[in-house]
Amino acid sequence: MANVPSDLKYAKSHEWARAAGGEATIGITDHAQHELTDVVFVELPEPGKTFKAGEACAVVESVKTASDIYTPVSGEITAVNKAVTDNPALVNSDAYGGGWLFKVKLSNPAELNGLLSPDQYLAQIGAA
Amino acid sequence: MNSAELKRTPLYSAHQELGGKLIEFGGWEMPVQYTSIVDEHLSVRSAAGIFDISHMGEFLISGPGAEGFLNRCLTNDVRKLAVGQGQYTLMCNDHGGVIDDLYAYRLSETEYLLIVNASRIAPDFSWLERQLGRTAGLGRVALRNVSDQTGAVAVQGPQVALFIDECFGGPSIGGTRVAAASQLEKNRIGKWTFGGTEVWVSRTGYTGEDGFEVAAPAGVIGAVWKKFFEAGRPHGLKPAGLGARDTLRTEVCYPLYGHELDENTTPIEAGLVFFVSFDKGDFNGQAVLARQKAEGTNRKLVAFKMTERSAPPRPHYAIWNSGADSVRAGEVVSGTQSPSLGIGIGLGYLPAALAKPQTPIQIEIRGKLAPAVTVPKPIYRKPHN
Repeated sequence: MANVPSDLKYAKSHEWARAAGGEATIGITDHAQHELTDVVFVELPEPGKTFKAGEACAVVESVKTASDIYTPVSGEITAVNKAVTDNPALVNSDAYGGGWLFKVKLSNPAELNGLLSPDQYLAQIGAA
Repeated sequence: MNSAELKRTPLYSAHQELGGKLIEFGGWEMPVQYTSIVDEHLSVRSAAGIFDISHMGEFLISGPGAEGFLNRCLTNDVRKLAVGQGQYTLMCNDHGGVIDDLYAYRLSETEYLLIVNASRIAPDFSWLERQLGRTAGLGRVALRNVSDQTGAVAVQGPQVALFIDECFGGPSIGGTRVAAASQLEKNRIGKWTFGGTEVWVSRTGYTGEDGFEVAAPAGVIGAVWKKFFEAGRPHGLKPAGLGARDTLRTEVCYPLYGHELDENTTPIEAGLVFFVSFDKGDFNGQAVLARQKAEGTNRKLVAFKMTERSAPPRPHYAIWNSGADSVRAGEVVSGTQSPSLGIGIGLGYLPAALAKPQTPIQIEIRGKLAPAVTVPKPIYRKPHN
């Protein structure tokens, strides 16, 4: 069963966003971590840097491949998850919790409305 | 390549049932992993893993001229092979460039089995056919490409010898004569019957672990695979895909054609001089290889380890030397995170001056230089018990 929490927004490129108080926490979905398996390295953006929605700003590497991670929303990076750089396997074991990647201060909160709903994301990964 | 054009092995449906993730490899649709590359890798190091290697090619070379013919086409000396014995060897062009690396087994006095890389079946066979013109005075030689009719599996890992006899228990009926497959020595091959069909079992592999490889008619390989599962499950046998096959062979520095080897790279540059015999008479590429052996080569295949936490090194990443005058010095040909060592490892070609073990180097990963050090081969050595 695909694990797609109902309280999150999703990007077609398999990131999730949890918005609260003008900020969004970003990670990769359970489906994405399952496809990658064996995450061994995570490279995160520098706090203070600004990215546009859809820009590559992090890299998640499994044994087999390196995958760019695209921020689903525009804004400044306010925090990164040091725990996943120390223990990249968190992305596999807790994709929606301890495996979060970075936080973005939303410069255009309306972008959230353009992201996929849980049902739309389930349909995209063929699990609806 | 369109997936409709990809070839499938006789074990394709078994991979689907096991939930294998299928990818394209050398024109074949093959499982890259079933559960996780790391899990499968560690299973092979600690217990046992089974691989579908049916994509690999099998050629039969027979006749009174076969020995002389192979000694002209291959770098190693097949005269060293007793009946039922195999050797790693290379097939070179006239410039010493590697057409393929392969295993040659002597099945009988006048018949040899060559196991070649999947992506090289067609170029190898046409090369060998063209070499038949150079067999003057050798006697009759017959070449047969039986790749399409042949399936193969590898069972690898320290536990395999404990259950191999449940699959091939009786005495061999050809090749090396032993009372049971577990008594085959390394690089030996014997013939057994399995379900009434003749199959070849060798004590060889591509993982750095003890293990066996079985070549059987395509119609039988599914039953061999199933039998290994039944016998091996209590010993921790797991299916393992090409992902684990690649990390396992990289840790022990076995070359993979298209990475360490190609038609513009010689066995001497690749550090494989041990598999080139210079006292057996003329063979393809001999002049170049002899000169390189005597004079040394400008570039050498070098193994390295990352010295700090970094992204895994990958093929085609640039290698830089260390220090203030750092310049681009070479390129990674194989690289991965080592599941056994928990750090990035790889192989790459470097100028001879940087090839000595313990030379500090740097790997360029996404525009940044990460520190590494050259190390002796193999990168991973099995702990002694």
